[in-house]
Amino acid sequence: MAVVLKADHIDKYFKKPVAFHVLKDICFDIKRGEFASIMGKSGSGKSTLLYILSTMDTDYTGALYFNNELVTGQSHEKLSGIRNRHIGFVFQFHYLLSEFSVLENVMLPAKKLGEKSYQEIEYDAIEKLKMLHIDHLAKKRASQISGGEKQRVAIARALINNPSILMGDEPTGNLDSYNSENVFSIFKQLKEEQGLSLLVVTHDIDFAERTDRIIQLEDGRVVN
Amino acid sequence: MTRWKVLLEIARTHLLTRMKSTTTASLGVTFGIGAYITLVSFMTGLNRMLDDLILNQTPHIHLYNEIEPSEQQPVTLYLEPESAFHVVHSVKPRQSQKKIHNAYPILQYLKEDPAVKGATPQLRAQIFYLSGSIELGGNLTGIDIMEEVRLSNIRDYIIEGTPEALDNNESGILLGAGLARKMSLSTGDRIQVSTVKGAVFPLKIVGLYQSGIADIDNVQGFAGLKTVQRILGEPRNYITDINVKLLNINKAPAMALQLKRLFKVKATDINEANAQFETGSDIRNLITYSVSVTLLIVAGFGIYNILNMLIYEKMKDIAILKATGFSGGDVQFIFISQAIIIGLAGGILGLLLGFMLSRFIDGIAFETEALPTITTYPINYNPWFYIIGLSFALLSTFIAGFLPADKARKIDPVKIIRGS
Repeated sequence: MAVVLKADHIDKYFKKPVAFHVLKDICFDIKRGEFASIMGKSGSGKSTLLYILSTMDTDYTGALYFNNELVTGQSHEKLSGIRNRHIGFVFQFHYLLSEFSVLENVMLPAKKLGEKSYQEIEYDAIEKLKMLHIDHLAKKRASQISGGEKQRVAIARALINNPSILMGDEPTGNLDSYNSENVFSIFKQLKEEQGLSLLVVTHDIDFAERTDRIIQLEDGRVVN
Repeated sequence: MTRWKVLLEIARTHLLTRMKSTTTASLGVTFGIGAYITLVSFMTGLNRMLDDLILNQTPHIHLYNEIEPSEQQPVTLYLEPESAFHVVHSVKPRQSQKKIHNAYPILQYLKEDPAVKGATPQLRAQIFYLSGSIELGGNLTGIDIMEEVRLSNIRDYIIEGTPEALDNNESGILLGAGLARKMSLSTGDRIQVSTVKGAVFPLKIVGLYQSGIADIDNVQGFAGLKTVQRILGEPRNYITDINVKLLNINKAPAMALQLKRLFKVKATDINEANAQFETGSDIRNLITYSVSVTLLIVAGFGIYNILNMLIYEKMKDIAILKATGFSGGDVQFIFISQAIIIGLAGGILGLLLGFMLSRFIDGIAFETEALPTITTYPINYNPWFYIIGLSFALLSTFIAGFLPADKARKIDPVKIIRGS
């Protein structure tokens, strides 16, 4: 199966407040259609790893490949383009632009990509919202909807450009069990129906155990 | 193309959802630009009026003969300079004629010069105005009135009657308003003038002249050139002064020098005659610009402040935009475009405000004896002021927006996302 994401001997140091070796020789890859989770205690470096994998953090040594292309050392402009085109992001906190409507929030990354016309983007966005059963919220302001709904809007936004991989930093961490279950089943469905790769940082053991694969981090090292 | 559109859309939403601070920031620019336009229009209007007051009455180059002692006294021709030392007591001015020698050929020469707008002959005479047994000393200047009207704004200073009336009447006179008041005369009356030699001539008052400068209005009269030549008993080529108007006033000093050498006459140029004038104009301009720049700098700080606060408030939004694929440059563009939109909106409103204030000042009554044609405060509606004003608004808002926008560009999304 095709490899979507490959981490090759990644090391990272924090220089402040004291020099600290956060990530030690991380090597793994994510295949197409794989649903992987990163587990680890607080401070084990799992979020740090995710931000490196997402190309937002460039301060590391080692190499990162995306669809077999070297990403490490690319310009920030280029990395923004990769994030826009290939990576969907879901955070613990929902991070919608509160002044825009739900629909506009979902459409924004596609407008930035600029490959489709406005009508096509709008149609796609409504399709995504429908898939997540929140199309009735499309015209509402992002600040006026509930937490679970926000997280689903964030997922819709992450999917708008049909990315190669969806990354989540504790996407259920801030949700009640009902909504957590909801988000999990959406992820599962995306993997099964669309063959999307998923990489989710979590400390929820129930959540992690239902994924295809758990990457266990301990003191900055992959232990399994 | 779509890229700019989406960025501008975000900028617009930011501005519209924070209408209050957007308005405040724009008003800062509006007042700055409005004040600049008003000040500069009013100040330059005043400058131009004052320039007109003095400069339009002064020819660019004035040619005349001056009574002065010879530069070389006979004794210096006789004695070798190094071998002797001489003292001449009570040197007398040289006997020479007041008229300009060969005045008509000189006039002809000047009129053919492409740099010259026009040249007018004048004959200045000392005479007495007679009122019963009272003699008032004064000047009578013989002029070619229609040429004067073409080249200077003498028409503005004729408060009664017309220049055409003088042109049509061989024995007409334009009398100084002060003189007319002293002698209780008005248009249509007759006045007698007497030359220094004693000949008396009757003239008909065809109009009144008022320059606003009392010393002139109390002594001055104008008549046709031929009329004055006849009164003085001089031939037709008797001309004491030639006034030259140039197309480009800056050429006056060089040309005066050239004419002086060429025709062996005295030639003074306008800069020599009114050197202090430029200084006043320059200082007024300096004040105008320093006040305007100060106002715009204050407005710039307002914009800087508001954008800085906006960026702190929008930290999370910036992080999320970056996480979803907007580059640092995109984010910077969003904030700079906000600053420029504020500058543009505020600037255009400022131009309107400035224009309306200028119109208002333009309508305020301002009457002065010195300027019979002026009834309201003078305003200079130079379109350049508006172009400069708008450019300045855009420039200052760009600078004020650049620093906060650059900060937004550098924000590390990881720090923001992890921090909360």
